[in-house]
Amino acid sequence: MADMTVHAVHGEHPPGFAHQFEDMEQQREAGNLGMWLFLATEVMFFGGLFMSYIVYRTKYPGAFADGSRLLNVKFGAVNTAVLIASSLTMAMAIHSAQTGKKKPQVWYLILTMILGALFLFLKFNFEWRADYHEHLIPGFGFYVRPEWGGGGAHVQMFFLFYFFMTGLHALHMIVGIGILTVLTVMAARGRFYEQYYAPLESSGLYWHFVDIIWIFLFPLLYLAGGRYPIPGVTH
Amino acid sequence: MSGHVVPVRVYLAVFVSLLILTGLTTAVAFVDMGPFNLVVALVIAVAKMLLVVLFFMHIKYSPPLTRLVLIAAVLWLGIMVTLTLSDELTRGWEVKIQGLSAILPYFRALLP
Repeated sequence: MADMTVHAVHGEHPPGFAHQFEDMEQQREAGNLGMWLFLATEVMFFGGLFMSYIVYRTKYPGAFADGSRLLNVKFGAVNTAVLIASSLTMAMAIHSAQTGKKKPQVWYLILTMILGALFLFLKFNFEWRADYHEHLIPGFGFYVRPEWGGGGAHVQMFFLFYFFMTGLHALHMIVGIGILTVLTVMAARGRFYEQYYAPLESSGLYWHFVDIIWIFLFPLLYLAGGRYPIPGVTH
Repeated sequence: MSGHVVPVRVYLAVFVSLLILTGLTTAVAFVDMGPFNLVVALVIAVAKMLLVVLFFMHIKYSPPLTRLVLIAAVLWLGIMVTLTLSDELTRGWEVKIQGLSAILPYFRALLP
């Protein structure tokens, strides 16, 4: 009964439109603004880690370089490319919704999830597994190598940063894949069309944000110490 | 049609640029440039971030209010890092001032 009254006053809404907004464009911009505000809090969330990294890298640049050189730069670079590709497919999923293409939306979303899963697979199955076998997990049989010359505790701290930062990033990716699963179902049911694709766009912003975090993690963790050979250092 | 539709070729151009920059930053790490290794790596990272933010995240086509939130986020991060480093990096700068007597000569010098 109440529902009928509302419709009598406001008229029928197009699908996905909430009646408190003036029009679809205002609803879309309000949603976007809210998502950006959330991302601003995420910047501060990761920012604390980045800031601690800056402080300790300034204090112990040698130990951080030693740690950085032990990471597998090939997997780091390939994973960067995988994430960038997933950002492209995410952007294309939104583009498909904007241009009213139903099926490509679903396929681009599935592709984005596959690329996200590939990133996590490479990270966990190859990199973290190798780190475990090389005794590089802090506080868990961490082996202090003689070539670090007394800086072992600080190399261990580098790996603490490495696992915390990549771990938090991976957690965000897992959450992102969960969100993408819901979006894929919604897209398959034809919920998104030219005028309404706000959930896709907001989730896209989140996915791209996670990509940007990795864009900074890659140089800070994998390239920070340089990859050129140092005379007298074998590792 | 609501919202700005970015042409597919723009997305592809951004994608290719991001891949090239990733290759470049990795290749440059194998060249010994001393402290400039980190500088170059971060400049490339910021360039990549701008490409993602402007095109993939549509900031180039967003209303000013949305851009303001992004600028505020970066600014607040900058405040946090700057103030923390202004403490951390200056801890060695201890100046031993014993009471007022240490600064009194400077005040006397101001008098005629």
